[in-house]
Amino acid sequence: MDDFAAYFAEQVRGAAAAKRPLRIRGSGSKDFYGGPLEGEVLDTRRHTGIVGYDPTELVITARCGTPLTEIEAALAGAGQMLAFEPPHFGDGATLGGAIATGLSGPRRVAAGSARDFVLGVKMMNGRAEVLNFGGQVMKNVAGYDVSRLMAGAMGCLGLLLEVSLKVLPLPATETTLRLEAPQGRALELLNGWAGRPLPISASCWEDDALMLRLSGANAAVAAARRQIGGERVADGAAFWRALREQQAAFFADELPLWRLSLPSVAAQLDLPGAQLLEWGGSLRWLKSGATPERIRAAATRAGGHATLFRGGEEDRADGAFQTLPSPLLALNRQLKRVFDPAGIFNPGRMIREF
Amino acid sequence: MGDGVAERGAIDAIDVSGAIAALRRILPERGLLVSDEELRPYECDGLTAYRQLPLLVALPETEAQVVAVLKLCQEIGLPVVARGAGTGLSGGATPVRQGLVLSLAKFMRILEVDPVARTARVEPGVRNLAISEAAARFGLYYAPDPSSQIACTIGGNIAENSGGVHCLKYGLTVHNVLRLRVALIDGEVIEIGGGALDSPGFDLLALLIGSEGMLGVVLEATVKLTPKPQLAQVVMASFGDVVSAGNAVARIIAAGIIPAGLEMMDRAATAAVEAFVHAGYDLSAAAILLAESDGTPEEVAEEIAAMRAVLEASGATDIRVSADETERLRFWAGRKAAFPAVGRITPDYLCMDGTIPRKRVAEMLTRIEELSGEFGLRCANVFHAGDGNLHPLIMFDANVPGETERATGFGARILELSVEMGGTITGEHGVGIEKVRQMCVQFSARELSLFHAVKAAFDPEALLNPGKAVPTPRRCSEYRLTGTPGAH
Repeated sequence: MDDFAAYFAEQVRGAAAAKRPLRIRGSGSKDFYGGPLEGEVLDTRRHTGIVGYDPTELVITARCGTPLTEIEAALAGAGQMLAFEPPHFGDGATLGGAIATGLSGPRRVAAGSARDFVLGVKMMNGRAEVLNFGGQVMKNVAGYDVSRLMAGAMGCLGLLLEVSLKVLPLPATETTLRLEAPQGRALELLNGWAGRPLPISASCWEDDALMLRLSGANAAVAAARRQIGGERVADGAAFWRALREQQAAFFADELPLWRLSLPSVAAQLDLPGAQLLEWGGSLRWLKSGATPERIRAAATRAGGHATLFRGGEEDRADGAFQTLPSPLLALNRQLKRVFDPAGIFNPGRMIREF
Repeated sequence: MGDGVAERGAIDAIDVSGAIAALRRILPERGLLVSDEELRPYECDGLTAYRQLPLLVALPETEAQVVAVLKLCQEIGLPVVARGAGTGLSGGATPVRQGLVLSLAKFMRILEVDPVARTARVEPGVRNLAISEAAARFGLYYAPDPSSQIACTIGGNIAENSGGVHCLKYGLTVHNVLRLRVALIDGEVIEIGGGALDSPGFDLLALLIGSEGMLGVVLEATVKLTPKPQLAQVVMASFGDVVSAGNAVARIIAAGIIPAGLEMMDRAATAAVEAFVHAGYDLSAAAILLAESDGTPEEVAEEIAAMRAVLEASGATDIRVSADETERLRFWAGRKAAFPAVGRITPDYLCMDGTIPRKRVAEMLTRIEELSGEFGLRCANVFHAGDGNLHPLIMFDANVPGETERATGFGARILELSVEMGGTITGEHGVGIEKVRQMCVQFSARELSLFHAVKAAFDPEALLNPGKAVPTPRRCSEYRLTGTPGAH
């Protein structure tokens, strides 16, 4: 065991012996996300640094406490990027937090999610054992895909020590376009375009304005611009950054913010409150005072699920995420026991019961 | 978990006539195969070196029948090996002697193609290529394209997390499946994933895909469809030595290009292929690269020009660009026929599937050549170079005493080298029965016992595909004692 892993192991062993919860935490930029925070903090920021990066391999490996900004700067230096555009939600956001929450930014719809880019992990389970799954290569089907299982597991299955991610070259060019369309029409357009080979790398609909980002080879972007129309927006990069970080005006609100993940073809939701749509219509943000039951029922009817993303503290006690059907809940519980038999890692952060 | 539980199905005595009677009550007429003659076609999958007649083969036609068969198997402790088209190359569908083969061949319906949502809902026995064919009229296709795509089924693709020649850009099966309907060993049917891009709870979709039929049986899948690019073109480049070809691969990536496909073949492979399909390969080259670009015509022209420049700078001795779709398909036909082409020039072959960092491809090829001399067996090399995924094809004759063992030893060395070079023993074919010993090289005892615990969370009595993919600790200690030198 190298560097800080030994230190973490001591903390994990102590917590497991005493059945005392541990709260895995980097900078705390995503403290707001998920269920209630409980337990003694295990600070991952001690374990930092890029372990391996060779641009021709399209792989970067870094320790959990490495700031995302450091990783993004290293990649940008070689003309590459994290294609899932992880939201930081704070200055010190770490790699571990980005993968544990599994959140992806505007490019997700074109490039894939955080989980899709995970190639391997080094992790510590609830017995303080250091385990390696996956690897640093593009394709690896040896053993169950435990490394991708860690993405979005909210740290409930273990402590991520190192993560290897696939990276991609930065697009040669990017352009942002603005069109006018009511929500129904925007959904129709977005689903139509998605069925054609167009280089749309992000979309955002709010208040009858549809913003699109085109990314790729110069020729492809120019050709798509001619097909799609709309007017070109000057500072596109700043717009998408603000959207990713939820710094856009839409997100400055007292009302609870709900994240609805739906099929892109789901019709416009009839719910009170303002909506902002991303990912070609498959991610819908809702600011609403409607009851959680009503919002969750609407998401379920539309073929998806709803997460209480920010605010609504009094409702959070019932869980931020949608309840699982009982056979899935049972499997989730079994997996939790496999990785964390004493139930010490982030209890209740993802699933209320454990 | 100890060996006792993992191998229990093979040890326990089963009341065979009782099982047959119970299965006949569940299955349709002619849905249960019992005689040796009927069982023979199921004795192996694409890994023909391993053959084992199963006890029985069940051919259910409905979900209710699958569920009833699984429940019965759990009740009487009968091991179950799910099977699609049987094209797998790692023995994932090799039967268990005292077990049942559960064939999903009758589940061949494409239930729905939704061109607006860009999804297809299919039964597990639907062939990979049939999905793309059904979606073609909407300008869509299913992206993962294993070489066996004419025959292999989506159920098998899901079990193995299959790849193909376009993975670097379009991903593996795990990146292209949105939802699964799965039967567990106790007969419970679960739905994981859905029409949205994510779902609450742990990512069971990631866990199930590539689990080699050991966690559940896929009843239905919703897959993502991708818009067909307007145009695709292939550059074929010849190299005088494998090292320059290997280096050219890294330089293409370094130039910021993600080709739609990037494949490499050495002379042994091109010679075998050329005699078989007349793809137009340069037989004077020590190695050839096939690099595909797709997109709008302008985009393809831009990328092809960029790749040509890199290939020339990397010492390519000849460069050809496919002039039209017919020629492009001919270039690929050679690559996709590489395995059967090698099959024509040798009585038997073993196909390896290691993946290594791209930069070590040339080094690996050199080592394979040395090993070829050491073991006295020929080897043709076909690579998904863009992914660093190697398919060395070791040629041998099983009728010559000792050759099978030599071929297996040669293959084991390649897999061990793959791990030493920072890679993996299997990139896309799965561990199955073939590479179960090499799992002991790649994983520690703790990691293997975690895999067993994951398995037990789904299948506590280890009845689904027992003996595959994850070795028992005892097998590993045996392997470590008797394994080839340098096995660590």
